[in-house]
Amino acid sequence: MRSPKILALMLTSAMLVAACSSPVKLDDKAAVEDRTGSTTGQNADPRSVGTVNATRSGMDPLNDPQGVLAKRSIYFDLDSYSVKDEFKPVLDAHARYLNANKSRQIVIQGNTDERGGREYNLALGQKRAEAVRRALSLLGVQESQMEAVSFGKEKPKALGSDEAAWAENRRADIAY
Amino acid sequence: MIKKLLVHAVAVAALLTGATTQVHAQLRVEIAGVGAQQIPIAVAGFADEGIAPQQVSAIIKADLERSGMFKVMDAGVMSDAAQINYGEWKSRGAEALVVGSVQRLADGRFDVRYRLLDTLKSSQLSALALAAQPQFTRVTGHKIADDIYEKLVGVRGAFATRVAYVTKVGNEYRLEVADADGEGVNVALRSNEPIISPAWSPDGTRVAYVSFENKKPVVYVQNLVTRQRTVVANFKGSNSAPSWSPDGSKIAIALARNGLTQVYTVNADGSNLQRLTNTDGIDTEPQFSADGKSIYFTSDRSGGPQIYRMPATGGNAQRVTFTGSYNISPRISPDGKSLAYISRRDGRFQLYVLDLSNNQELRLSDTTKDESPSFSPNGKYIMYATESGGRRGTLAVVSVDGRIKQRVTTQAGDIREPNWGPFMN
Repeated sequence: MRSPKILALMLTSAMLVAACSSPVKLDDKAAVEDRTGSTTGQNADPRSVGTVNATRSGMDPLNDPQGVLAKRSIYFDLDSYSVKDEFKPVLDAHARYLNANKSRQIVIQGNTDERGGREYNLALGQKRAEAVRRALSLLGVQESQMEAVSFGKEKPKALGSDEAAWAENRRADIAY
Repeated sequence: MIKKLLVHAVAVAALLTGATTQVHAQLRVEIAGVGAQQIPIAVAGFADEGIAPQQVSAIIKADLERSGMFKVMDAGVMSDAAQINYGEWKSRGAEALVVGSVQRLADGRFDVRYRLLDTLKSSQLSALALAAQPQFTRVTGHKIADDIYEKLVGVRGAFATRVAYVTKVGNEYRLEVADADGEGVNVALRSNEPIISPAWSPDGTRVAYVSFENKKPVVYVQNLVTRQRTVVANFKGSNSAPSWSPDGSKIAIALARNGLTQVYTVNADGSNLQRLTNTDGIDTEPQFSADGKSIYFTSDRSGGPQIYRMPATGGNAQRVTFTGSYNISPRISPDGKSLAYISRRDGRFQLYVLDLSNNQELRLSDTTKDESPSFSPNGKYIMYATESGGRRGTLAVVSVDGRIKQRVTTQAGDIREPNWGPFMN
């Protein structure tokens, strides 16, 4: 079920990595207008049409809904507090972005499923957020750019008391 | 906006009448189960009590019935000045008789006088005269019920105490304070973000709690009277699990400012932060012992969560719970002799109490999603959050021997995180 998504994710991740390695700042590439094809000079043809570039290569990759940075949730197995391999590309991408944009900060919000006590779940959610924080730290992200906090079981994304809802709520979110 | 809700006190099982009484209020309390022995007591209507905003004798009767310790009989209307025919009440099976009167004083207060009589010995057990402003008529009734409970059961009554809890209705969270019988609800805090872990200060004027209003858990202390709020802990990471020292000077908290959650103490104004635990796991839910010398807390240092005890200044911790792989939310009884906690067994989260002198464990609930236990200040009852009757978020009360049970619900939304307040004069 998830594997085609992951493949797509890895591809976009690879593209992003390539983009980041270029010396050109991504923001600078946001060409606002492209006048090629229009008549030059002050007296533009009133019937000419200029093109605005809002494609992926033209925006902050953080705002690209198709990009890997749009992936901001790390899911955990039951009673597990370590980041699974399938989420490494997501963390790699966020680490690259944060390393390239030192003024950007994130809050990592840990969550748990509804079972058990509120305070203990708050500590378990913290453990998930902390796992993500440590992984990003190992990828070079500065401590001043990150805060790991927990919502415990207080802000469930999925309501309901079944395995699907519980799995959705065993999660850490990256919030910019 | 104030929704009219109902208190519905249903006396079942051995409670003699099975009668249903309804008064307007905001929480619904149902009784299920009574004490091993019930003291038969006749409670008369107080002379002229109709002049006060509430019927004092009805408040007393409801308190005594809810406690599960009394079999309450009606006794017409009798003033504290009336001549008592002890033989008559003895023959009707009452071991004790309550009579009283209400008078309006020149300054607008109501003077409530009451006498508690022993029908077997034909003597007076107690008498009180309490003058209070009209809005405190209910408190006066609870104080008289406290006195009756103390004289006949031998333990101070907790009817005049209050509870704090959190409700969630739609997207609004509220920290509310109500009398122990669910009446007199006041909203202390409204928020669109979660509120958890309310904890009363020992003097009953402040409540510490965790609020998520700043998009992360932060510990506040709120003065209930002045509404003044103090940020006690807002460090990087999560701040949670406040618990007061018995003298009110310190608050134990759980902070995740250096990685995982650890136990600290701060002064009640947020100064003088001290770290007490130092593990690479989870240490949380600190609770001061009754004498203030120890702190009980939850730790996963052995794998799953278990309850430990350490000196209140930190240091070596000793494991307290050994049965089961998941024991959380320690609460120490006011006499320091027993420990209430939530244990997971076969997927069920249930309230247990451990006798610390002999390590005897007793399961106190039949429900399966129990949370957040809290002792009454007289140590006779434990209130906790649970789900029952298909309702998310109800509160339940159980006597520490497991015999007397009550369920507290609201008509709208759910109710959780109860914390029973201290004795107040």
